[in-house]
Formats: sequence, C-alpha cells, structure tokens
Amino acid sequence: MYPLLQLGPVAIQVPGLILVLATWLGLSLSEKEAVRQKRPPEPLFGLVMTGVISGILGAKLWYVGHYLDTYLADPLGIFSVNGNTFDAMAGMVIGAMAGIIYSYRKKLPLRATLDLLTPGLAMFSVGLGLSHLASGDAFGAVTKVPWAIDLWDAQRHPTQIYEIILALIVLGSIWHLRQTVLFPGFLFLSWLSLAAVSRLFLEAFRGDSMIVANGIRQAQLVALTLLLISLWLMRQWYQPLDKPGKEQYAKK
Amino acid sequence: MAAAFFLGSLWIWVSASPLNATTGGLVPSPRVGFPAPDFTLDTLEGNQLTLSDFRGKVVMVNLWASWCPPCRAEMPTLEQIYQENKAQGLEVLAVNTTDQDSESAAANFAQEFGLTFPILLDRDGSVSKRYQLLALPTTYFIDRRGIIRAVIPGGPMSETLIESKIIDLLVETP
Repeated sequence: MYPLLQLGPVAIQVPGLILVLATWLGLSLSEKEAVRQKRPPEPLFGLVMTGVISGILGAKLWYVGHYLDTYLADPLGIFSVNGNTFDAMAGMVIGAMAGIIYSYRKKLPLRATLDLLTPGLAMFSVGLGLSHLASGDAFGAVTKVPWAIDLWDAQRHPTQIYEIILALIVLGSIWHLRQTVLFPGFLFLSWLSLAAVSRLFLEAFRGDSMIVANGIRQAQLVALTLLLISLWLMRQWYQPLDKPGKEQYAKK
Repeated sequence: MAAAFFLGSLWIWVSASPLNATTGGLVPSPRVGFPAPDFTLDTLEGNQLTLSDFRGKVVMVNLWASWCPPCRAEMPTLEQIYQENKAQGLEVLAVNTTDQDSESAAANFAQEFGLTFPILLDRDGSVSKRYQLLALPTTYFIDRRGIIRAVIPGGPMSETLIESKIIDLLVETP
C-alpha cells in the first residue's frame, strides 16, 4: 500500500496518478488499434477526452450542488482540487453520458467504436487494480491462507493482486482476440464477458462487498447480469462475414 | 447462456458471505468505514483524554506539527468551525505529533492561534503509527458512532471542504 507520495509540501495521491497513467496508456493502445484497422484515431481521442473532462467537471459540480449552501458562502472553494470534493459515481455517469452524446454527434459507428476502445478498457482495468493496491481499497476478506497480507489491521486475501492478475489475463486475451474479430462488437462483448466473469470470481474474496440478502453480494449479481447481457448480445450481433476481419471495419 | 446462468448462480450461492465476513468495519482501523482506533493522550494542560469518551459527538482528529506550514494555514479555520459547530456536537482533537515536534512549540502554537479545542500530545508517536500517518496534516472525520467517515491527508483544508464533511455527520443521530 502506497497511497501518498510526499514531495516537499505537496502530497500526491498515488492511486489517482496511476489512473491517469492507465487512461493515457489505454488511449494509446486504442489509438494503435485504430491505426491497425486503418481507421482515424482522432475521434477516439476526442471521445475519451470528452468523457474524462466531463466526468471530472461533473463530479465536482455534483459535489458542489450537494453542498450548495456551503459553497455559496465561499464560492472560491469550488476551485479546490482536493480529491475529497468530487463525487466519483456522479462523475462516471456524467462522463459516460458525455461520451455517448459525443459519439452520436460525430456519428461514430457504435460497435466498431466499442471494439476500438476495448484494448484501452482492458488496460485501464489493470491500472484500476494497481490503484487499489496503492490505496488499499477493494480489500479482501479476513483469511488464514498462507499468502494473506496484513492490511487494515487483519490478515486478508490480497484481492488487489488477484484483481491485477485477472485484469492482465483479460488484457492478454483481448490482445490475442483482436486478430480474429468475428463481427463488429465482438471484441467489446468478449471483454465485457471476461471482465464480468473476473468480477464474479473475485468478489467472492472481497472484504468490502455490499450484501443484498442472505450473504449474496450485490456486485456478483450485477456481474452475472452483465455476463448474460453480453452473451445475449453476441447472439444478436453475430453475422457471418463474407470477408472476415477488418474489411467490415474499413467501411462505415 | 443457460449454462452461464446456472454456473454463475451456483458460484454466487457457494461464495455467499458468512455473516459479517465482508463488513470491514469489524476491526478498528484508520480507514473510511472502520471504527476509529481508540487512544488516550495527555493534553497540554496535563489532563488525559480518550477518543472513545467522545462517542455520540462528531469528532475531527487532526494530526499536526508546529513546523508544518499547511498545519499553520488550516488551524484558524479549524478553530472557527469548532466555534460555529460545537453546540451541535462537534469536537476537535488536535493531536500534536510531539515525537517530531516539542511540547513548548505546541504550546506556543496553541497560544498564537488562540485555540480553544484540546491539544493532545503524541509523545511517543504511537497514535501517528496507529493511524498510519503519511502526510501532515491529516484529518479524520469520525461520526457519532465512532466510525471514520472521511480521511483528508495533506492540507490546508478549505472551510468549504471541512464544512461539507461535517454537515451530514452533525445531523445524524447516534
């Protein structure tokens, strides 16, 4: 666990730094994939940047809106960049909505664009695991296994390590699968399925799960639902190609 | 799909959490969602204060040192917010990291800023260690049940940041 990097008077949040790096690396991978498929990478950059910037602004504004009276009394407080004054969930929803609007306005083909974003998403998942390792978030349940780690005053499953290993396996699988895309949207749905299976497995060892009833973990229900949706979409989107692979992507 | 549904459901059922196994809050630890680790320290006046004695109040535990510029910058704001909210049940425990400071410097600091909340002396650094202190200042926002609800490493904290962290806690009932 290494949540803070103290540089003189400045305390840098290492998990946030890792996520920024993962976003940049993920975007680079997606752009590389676009070039490989002979598609322009610029719309991808615009899409990701629109999502990220809108997400950050949305997270801040949502937080400010929640504590409006406090901020009206001291409007300059809005410009504080302290990570504790952002609503992460609101930021993700607003960022995703902004990305969808951007794609719609730029008339980006949905399935092909999702395929191009997939290597980036897989890379970001690895970064997310590393950021959890740095922050100590997404911690494991108390256990007596020999490889348990001492975290938050107990011997726990090293779920952050499990998460990184699973994310690397998914990234490797996606990197391999991109050579044999069966239909537009295949790569994205493959990633979604693999990520859902990973979460379904990993959640069993987490020590911070939200329980819905009788010990059933909410995240596992969501993961199973996403897995079923992705498998159903695979059947719906599947179409035999006369010329498999990139030809279909080359046309809009 | 049917196989995925069957296997997935089976795994969810098999891996269902035993009672309380996933509630991280069982063990006191300096992390959001966990009970705040208890401590007893001497004050500048020579009394002893114990964190758990403040159960039922919203407590801000602020770890600081007199030589730390962000600590100096935020302390007047802490005092102001303490004055404005102590009637609603806010308590500020300013824990001086005396193992890397000095009692006289802490006393001068408190006098200079006219601090009225308790100044506690962590002479052996045990509280800093227990709270896994990584940056000065660091502030822990503890609710009326003794659960840590926010941790702000570094500073100085703005007035809006502090108020946004305590406003919900003050209206909660124990």
